[in-house]
Amino acid sequence: MSARLPMAALKYLSLVAAAAVVLLPLLTMFGTSFKTPEEMAAGDVLALPASWFNLENYRIAFANGNMLAAFGNTAFILLFSITGTILIGSMSAYAIDRFAFRAKKLVLALFLVATLVPGVTTQVATFEVIDAFGLFDTRWGPILLFMGTDIVAIYIFLQFIRNIPVSLDEAARMDGAGSFTIYRRVILPLLKPAIATVVIIKGITVYNEFYIPFLYMPSEELGVISTSLFRFKGPFGAHWEVISAGAVLVILPTLVIFLALQRFVYNGFTAGATK
Amino acid sequence: MTPMTGLSVRSARSAPPPARHAATPPRRWRRVTPWLYLAVPLIMLVTFTYVPVVSMISYSFTDWDGVSPDRSYVGLDNYVQLFTRPELFSVFATSLFYLVASFAQIALALYFAAVLSFGTRLRGFFKGVIFFPYLLNGVAVAFVFLYLFQPGGTLDQVLRLVGVDAEILWLGNPDLANVSLSGVSVWRFMGLNFVLFLGAIQSVPSELHEAAMLDGASRPQIMWHIIIPSIRPIISLSVILGVAGALSVFEIPYIMTGGSGETKTFVIQTVKLAFQFNKTGLASAAAVVLLVVILLITWVQRRLVPEERTPST
Repeated sequence: MSARLPMAALKYLSLVAAAAVVLLPLLTMFGTSFKTPEEMAAGDVLALPASWFNLENYRIAFANGNMLAAFGNTAFILLFSITGTILIGSMSAYAIDRFAFRAKKLVLALFLVATLVPGVTTQVATFEVIDAFGLFDTRWGPILLFMGTDIVAIYIFLQFIRNIPVSLDEAARMDGAGSFTIYRRVILPLLKPAIATVVIIKGITVYNEFYIPFLYMPSEELGVISTSLFRFKGPFGAHWEVISAGAVLVILPTLVIFLALQRFVYNGFTAGATK
Repeated sequence: MTPMTGLSVRSARSAPPPARHAATPPRRWRRVTPWLYLAVPLIMLVTFTYVPVVSMISYSFTDWDGVSPDRSYVGLDNYVQLFTRPELFSVFATSLFYLVASFAQIALALYFAAVLSFGTRLRGFFKGVIFFPYLLNGVAVAFVFLYLFQPGGTLDQVLRLVGVDAEILWLGNPDLANVSLSGVSVWRFMGLNFVLFLGAIQSVPSELHEAAMLDGASRPQIMWHIIIPSIRPIISLSVILGVAGALSVFEIPYIMTGGSGETKTFVIQTVKLAFQFNKTGLASAAAVVLLVVILLITWVQRRLVPEERTPST
């Protein structure tokens, strides 16, 4: 028992150290967001803000930093790309799992190989495609890109659809249902857990995406939260209290979602990564 | 658009079929139906993945600048430049920092997963805290760490509290910048490895370690001899993803240092060549090289680690 004690102490020490490494940078940012320019000038980074109710920096972030429009644009893009991903993913999975057709292996291989293509690098050429459609500097360019290549979602739907007994389809068919009715009334409702998973993974990924909106929507009024926050660097260059407020605004929704839906978030990302 | 396609299928199927085919309408339709569901996904897949890859390969043999209508064929010249001009080649050295960091990341993730899979107080809290950074917006993370690394900033002040009184140029010193940046990368991505390992460890049958415990094995011994061998597939998957990730680093250095000087990564260089210096041909060649390397790594992985789960169809 005596040998156990220092072991346990070491274990907790390392856990507390890890928690400090994660939380300290975030908490100093949070504290800074409530400071006045005078407090910032004093230079004591670790000091707590004089008032936790000084929301001036948040006001500036909304008024001059375009954050309200940014949340609006992000919400718009999220709505369409998530809905699209669910429809495209579930329909592909339905077709692949429930129908026998000749080129099935080829279709699967096309999807599989596409997962290996690193997205950032092909942008050189993807840019030409988006530009040719006249979608450069519109919200539809990124929406199409987010919808078009989400193979992880297709895999998640495939795994779930396999566990839905085919006898349910057959029963519906006996009752005269066509394939779309079966998809709409039988399959889609039973896919709810998979849809929840996809909504969470896709939602967080799209919410955090920086490069695609940065490249395809240079107009300031089309800024999403990532690109609008990125633009804080110029005008607020030395005003870390305002930048902190912007960063806190971006992090807060993620924290709320995580705390509210912890179990789904863990399951979603483990399912997504090991697919 | 998509639901419309589906609807037409339905009405076609439920409508009375032409008399001649009255006996076998479902079979005829069943051959077409899957394609109606797959049409939109496949068109998008081809348009946004395969068309760009093919045109990227074709650009890589030209000197195209991305705007002018004319371009000329230059053969392998772009590829030769990539591997012979030292300023273009040096980005691979930057990848090494991230490569080392990703091994450290896996080791740390394994340690914390092991610690938290045996009974620990506040388990849920620690699990959440360690995983949380993975969910955060990259731009916010970059700003958080720009602030932390400032001269006289949080990190310097914390170090002063423990008696190290030095203003260290965490990002300004070229020898240190990549270490700091890859540290941020570990901070941000370790949570995913950790949660994956935690899940894998929990699926190891508990009789195995209980039996070992009865035989007097210590926890580190159980970890090393029982748990790590049984979660090997997920560890090697993480290593492969780490290697691929080290080559594709982009966001954090691009936002934090603008990818200048020593901190320029392969992807930052590609993006700058394409969109700042209008060297679409050269940038495409770089992108093709990265694509080939990643395909190779994946192929090696598939050879080394035969899939244990049921493969898709």
